Amino acid sequence: MTRTVVRASGLTKRYGSFTAVEAVDFTVEENRIYGLLGRNGAGKTTIMQLLTGQIFPTAGELEVFGRPPAEHADVLRRMCFIAESQRYPDAYKPLHLLRAAPWYFENWDEEFARRLVDDFRIPLNRYVRKLSRGQLSAVGVTIGLASRAPITFFDEPYLGLDAVARHVFYDRLLADYAEHPRTIVLSTHLIDEVANLLEHIILIDQGRLLLDRDAEEVRGSATTVAGTRATVESFTADRPVIGREHLGGQASVTIDGRLDLAERLRAKELGLELSPVSLQQLIVHLTGTDLHAGSAGEEAAA
Amino acid sequence: MDESRPIFLQIAEQVENDIIEGVLREDEQIPSTNELAAFHRINPATALKGVNRLVDDGIVAKRRGIGMFVAPGARARLIERRRADFAAEYLRPLIIEAEKLGIDIDELAGLLRAERIQS
Repeated sequence: MTRTVVRASGLTKRYGSFTAVEAVDFTVEENRIYGLLGRNGAGKTTIMQLLTGQIFPTAGELEVFGRPPAEHADVLRRMCFIAESQRYPDAYKPLHLLRAAPWYFENWDEEFARRLVDDFRIPLNRYVRKLSRGQLSAVGVTIGLASRAPITFFDEPYLGLDAVARHVFYDRLLADYAEHPRTIVLSTHLIDEVANLLEHIILIDQGRLLLDRDAEEVRGSATTVAGTRATVESFTADRPVIGREHLGGQASVTIDGRLDLAERLRAKELGLELSPVSLQQLIVHLTGTDLHAGSAGEEAAA
Repeated sequence: MDESRPIFLQIAEQVENDIIEGVLREDEQIPSTNELAAFHRINPATALKGVNRLVDDGIVAKRRGIGMFVAPGARARLIERRRADFAAEYLRPLIIEAEKLGIDIDELAGLLRAERIQS
């Protein structure tokens, strides 16, 4: 069966009085694609920095491949981290970066790297300082994919990448992952674009873990019920509400949990409209202000 | 892909549709999980879950080292199952909408017949 490659418990990172990550527990299983999701400033990058041993936790336990990652060379050489707005030395050309990469990544695939360079149209002979933001991102994605590291972290890897280049990334990632299974942790705010690539979702909000679930369980786990206010309220009365909007006599309430066929028919008989909630919409509900207003949260807990 | 339901169910249903429509015949090999994953741009584990569901239902069978093949009698069983769900999935919503609009059952039958002649 699968092996646990990351184990975090009570993982906490404070900077002075600011808590970036607070008592987070999760595990990462081998050879799966994870989505580390959350709003800007939620703590995603801090978690990635902790996992890749770039910073030390303030409290809690963290093991990657069975050991704390910081200062353990045998753990670090098995990972590849492509940071958001990844920087490279200005005096380098992509050519040099690709030549240096195999020194750090023992599974480096030169031929795959060349193909990605062609796919992304990376100018190999241009100085890094002359590259556009999108071209720099393409270099990062190329290194991340061709490294074939046992665990690869992509932190918002595609700043400046156009839609075509992003889809090249998704296609190459899926195809290569199918042939060379490995653990991938992808952080992004383009949730709808990557939703189908992910096997598991870890949702962070304000430094805390909000959701840690199989992507397939999350899909279709919430429904928006719309119709006349009284009918909607009575239909959703005993269910966990995660979002609520009113307009005059009309209401639109988002509930957590699936509706079976009998319930869907009953909703139709009552004249209610049911609509699916995409992963992105669900996350907006879970991390948005409507939940933090208080009342909806209490109802969800009830 | 439809947002409201798990993708693995939709993968299973699409293969089922191909079997019902005769695109995939009995004893014919179905696409591999990697092919399904690449085509639909989904995680291979999700595609595998869809295929495993078909295996559990006896719709496809694994031939070790070769791949997945449509099981004998799969089409007949799928049609039987879809027929059993037909009333709840399609007729009930239709009747509810018809009642809302004041269309009685005879008028509805007439509309169905007229629609059938047109198509």
